[in-house]
Amino acid sequence: MIHKFQFENSNIVMDIHSGSIHLVDDVAYTIVEDVETLSKEEVMAKYSGQFETAALEEAIEELLTLKEQEMLYTPDQYEEFVPAFLNREPVVKALCLHVAHDCNLKCKYCFAGEGEYHGHRSLMSIEVGKKAIDFIIENSKHRKNIEIDFFGGEPLMNWEMVKETVDYARQREKETGKNFRFTMTTNGVLLNDEIIDYLNENMHNVVLSLDGRKEVNDNMRPTANGKGSYDIILPKFKKLVEKRGNKQYYLRGTFTHHNLDFAEDVKHMTGEGFKEVSVEPVVAPNDMDYAIKPNDVETLCAEYEKLAKYIVTQIRQGDGFNFFHFMVDLEGGPCVHKRLAGCGSGTEYLAVTPEGDLYPCHQFVGIPEFKMGDVNVGVTNTEMRSKFEKCNVYSKDECRSCWAKFFCSGGCAANSYNFHGDIHHVYEIGCELQKKRLECAIGIKAELS
Amino acid sequence: MKHIKTLNTKNLPNSAKKGGCGECQTSCQSACKTSCTVGNQACEK
Repeated sequence: MIHKFQFENSNIVMDIHSGSIHLVDDVAYTIVEDVETLSKEEVMAKYSGQFETAALEEAIEELLTLKEQEMLYTPDQYEEFVPAFLNREPVVKALCLHVAHDCNLKCKYCFAGEGEYHGHRSLMSIEVGKKAIDFIIENSKHRKNIEIDFFGGEPLMNWEMVKETVDYARQREKETGKNFRFTMTTNGVLLNDEIIDYLNENMHNVVLSLDGRKEVNDNMRPTANGKGSYDIILPKFKKLVEKRGNKQYYLRGTFTHHNLDFAEDVKHMTGEGFKEVSVEPVVAPNDMDYAIKPNDVETLCAEYEKLAKYIVTQIRQGDGFNFFHFMVDLEGGPCVHKRLAGCGSGTEYLAVTPEGDLYPCHQFVGIPEFKMGDVNVGVTNTEMRSKFEKCNVYSKDECRSCWAKFFCSGGCAANSYNFHGDIHHVYEIGCELQKKRLECAIGIKAELS
Repeated sequence: MKHIKTLNTKNLPNSAKKGGCGECQTSCQSACKTSCTVGNQACEK
């Protein structure tokens, strides 16, 4: 399978099943599909009026050479790996700890229902936090790297518990040889100097929530009394990032139907000095006024392209930045196994509620039928785990024939559930945006090569 | 080659032979939280 597209001055051909990406001239770009299916003579005859004979012959030769080198027209050979990973021993290597089902902001698009996840306000106890650490040490089996995300609601509303949990994990790390990587996702309202220093020292990554321009942010992210949060948060985030050095962080925003010109928000964020930015489409029921509508997709794709071109310009001027969804490692990147299996929700990755209940991921928390067990007894709903295990790029017809399947790995199970009531589907708007982002990501690399 | 320049040397079939150690980051823990993106994750090997 190949996919071809143009970005700025680049003609790009992707060979999906080898992972190779080629920059080609107009001749090769025009004939690339036909060289796979037609004879050399047929291709020559078809394009003789459009290109010179010598150029056509050369281009055909080069395309066929790449085929011989298994870098073009490579057949799909990965479905046979699926049974092997379906039979793998269950391993849990990442937990999203919902340390606070409470929040000090009232973000209108919150999938957690303003922090409460369709339940009541609650904070995780240190006992549950420690049990969660014990649970993942035991269930991560031979895996060394373990990820813990302090999430909410707003995790800083349960700050002492976070610190105690980190201390406990560090102690258990020494006993077990595991390597804990902590992340916190915070709205920043409660940040102070002490917390900033602690996060910078102990968190492998911090995700800082801000939507971009003041009016955009304050429209969707008001405080409990209805005022904007931008002025409270921005100076704190700046301080945290200034003191963070080279450690990982993302300034993460959500865009909605109300700011389809989200590239302006990215520019605003980078203009304020943030160089690691992620701005993502809201996922919301169609009837919400802020939801992304099918008619928005074309506008959003144009906006992604505009942003990608801006990034190329900025990098050329020595003032580049990272946009999370345009980051792609074309040389390294994940192995095929990871690309087949996806994000790991419900299997390698679980969410833990304040009460210690286990769910397939943070987006399923509070939906009773998705409860998988708890940190005391472990995963008891093995039927649910098996359902998530079976979710892969070959289990969805839409993905099997999609050129982007090894980059998105079948998409988000929660998005599929929210829009189709089943995890084995795809979220069509998300797919279209994902494909455009990938073209932009690869286009940036092509332009800078 | 005159008409083609290969941008990367990624070899997915090779990664199929060697991969699957499972030490890499879980996709949703990095930043997204609402949209699965696996292709931008780093391999730990």
